[in-house]
Amino acid sequence: MSALTALTLRAAVDGLRARDFTAEEITRAHIEAIEKARSLNAFVLETPEWALAMARASDERLARGEGGPLEGAPLGIKDLFCTRGVRSTAGSRILGDFTPTYESTVTANLWRDGAVMLGKLNMDEFAMGSSNETSAYGPVINPWRSTASNRPLSPGGSSGGSAAAVAADLVLAATATDTGGSIRQPASLTGSVGVKPTYGRCSRWGIVAFASSLDQAGPLAKTVDDAALLLKSMSGHDPKDSTSLPVETPDFPALVGKSVKGLRIGIPKEYRVAGMPAEIETLWSLGIDWLREAGCKVSEVSLPHTKYALPAYYIIAPAEASSNLARYDGMRYGARVEADTLADVYQLTRSAGFGDEVKRRVLIGTYVLSAGYYDAYYLKALKVRRRIADDFDRAFETVDALLTPTAPSAAFGLGENSADPIAMYLNDIFTVTVNLAGLPAISVPGGLDSQGLPLGLQLIGRALDEGALFSLAGALEKAAGFTLKPERWW
Amino acid sequence: MAIDVDTVRKVASLAQIWEPEARLRALAAELSGILGWIEQLNEVDTEGVEPMTSAVAVAMPMRDDVVTDGGDATGILANAPVSRNGFFVVPKVVE
Repeated sequence: MSALTALTLRAAVDGLRARDFTAEEITRAHIEAIEKARSLNAFVLETPEWALAMARASDERLARGEGGPLEGAPLGIKDLFCTRGVRSTAGSRILGDFTPTYESTVTANLWRDGAVMLGKLNMDEFAMGSSNETSAYGPVINPWRSTASNRPLSPGGSSGGSAAAVAADLVLAATATDTGGSIRQPASLTGSVGVKPTYGRCSRWGIVAFASSLDQAGPLAKTVDDAALLLKSMSGHDPKDSTSLPVETPDFPALVGKSVKGLRIGIPKEYRVAGMPAEIETLWSLGIDWLREAGCKVSEVSLPHTKYALPAYYIIAPAEASSNLARYDGMRYGARVEADTLADVYQLTRSAGFGDEVKRRVLIGTYVLSAGYYDAYYLKALKVRRRIADDFDRAFETVDALLTPTAPSAAFGLGENSADPIAMYLNDIFTVTVNLAGLPAISVPGGLDSQGLPLGLQLIGRALDEGALFSLAGALEKAAGFTLKPERWW
Repeated sequence: MAIDVDTVRKVASLAQIWEPEARLRALAAELSGILGWIEQLNEVDTEGVEPMTSAVAVAMPMRDDVVTDGGDATGILANAPVSRNGFFVVPKVVE
C-alpha cells in the first residue's frame, strides 16, 4: 500500500479515474501512514471514519463514470479552515472544541471537486509563527533530518503540519494559508511546493482570520503540477468574501510545462542580505542559470524598500490581529473561564486561551492603534506598505517575474529561534513583501544544503499572473530535478 | 520607544488580557525590543504617500439588499459555552 502514498496528486487522480485502485484503498493507505507518523505531530485531529465515508462516496461516483477533478484524492486541511461538524481550533486553546456548523468556501470547493479529508493539520496558533512552535498542540517535527545529527528540526510555520504531512507522504497535498510567508517558508524547509496566490484569488470565508488584508489560502503539494491542480479547485469568486476577486480561474495545470522562452526575470538586489548562507546564494545563482537555459532573459532590479517590509508587517499584521481576535471573549463560542465580573471573565478567558506569541501580537496591535500612536505607527506602516507595492509595480514595468530565495536558512532546530521574537520574524524576510503588495508567489525546492536539508527558490509574479509563475516554477522544477524525499525514521 | 510596565498594564487592559504582575516586566522588555526594531520605518520618506489600506485596489462590491442567511438559532448556539432557552447565557452585566 505504501506505493499509493508515494503517488503525486496528479498520478492519484489519474489512477482513480482509470480504476487502477479505489478511493477507499488509497485513503486507507494514507490513514495507515498517518497512524505510523504520530511522532511528527502533523495532525491535530485525524478523521479516518470521515475520510473512508467520503472515499466510498467517491468510489460510487467513479464507478458511474462521474466525479470531479480531485475525485477520491485524500488531502489534509490546515486547522485554520472551518470544517462543518469537525473540530476546528486554529492551533489555539481559546477555541476549545469549536465545531463549525458551516464549511469554509475553499474546503467546500475541494469537496465539490471530490476530494477526501484525512484530518486537520497542526499549525502555529492563529497562524502566528514561523516554526509551528506556538501551536497549543505542540510543535510539528520536520520529517527531514540533518545528516550531521538526529535532533528534531522545525518544518517552519505557520503551515508546519501541512508541509510535514506533504513531505512525509501522509497526504497527497494539503491546504495552507500565508499571511507573511506561512505557505512558502514551510515549503522551502520541507522540500515541498507552496503557492501564495494573489490576494483575493481564494475566498477567505470560513478561514479563521489573522490579518485580513494579508491572509490568503493556497496549496502545499509534492510537485508544481499538483499545486496547480489543487489551486484550481481552491480558487474562484465568492460573494461571501467582499475581497474575493470576480475573475475567472485560469486552467493552472495547463500552464505548467509551457515554454518560458523570452520571459524577463528580475533579480532584486536588495534580497542579497548580509549573513545569508553561501549555499543559499549558490542555489539562487543556479536558479538564475536554470531560467537562462530555459530561454529567460535575466536582469537585476531594485526594490529599495525591501528592508522595511518586515517592520511594516509587524505593525499592520498585529493591528489587524488585535481587532480580529477581539471576538474571542468567551461568550458565543470557545472556552470560557468563569469569574465574578464580566471584565474578569473576558480577561481571564483571553489570558488562559491565548499563548505567549498571540498575546504579544495582540498587545503590539493594541498599542499601535491606541490614541496618540496611531499616526506614528499604524498610518506610517500603511504608507510604507504603499512604497513597497510601488517598488514592485516599477519592477514589473521591465520584468515579468522575480526570482529570490524563499527563506534565509534551511530547517532549524526546535527552540533555536524561539527565545528572540525578532530572530523568528526574520524567517519571513523574503516572503513578507509579497503579502504586503498582494502579489502571487511560489516556492519550489531547488536542492539540498551540505547538511542534506532542502532549500527553496521563490518566484514572485504580477497580480493575477499565477499562470506565469506555474510555467516558470515548472521550468525550475525540471532543471533542479528535485525528487528527494526524507529518509523514513518515524 | 521604550515601553514601561505601566504602559504594558494599560495596553493589556485595553486588549482585555490579564497578565500577572511578574510577566509585565518581561513583556515591557519584549515589546520595547520589537517597537525599537520597528522604529527604522522613520527612515522612509512617506511625505505625500497615500496609506495603502487594501492589498488589491477594487471598489467595494454591492449586493442586493436581501436576506440570504439566518433563522438558525440552534446552529449559532451550538458552540456557546453556556446557553438556555435559545439564548446565550453571559455573566451579569448590570448590577
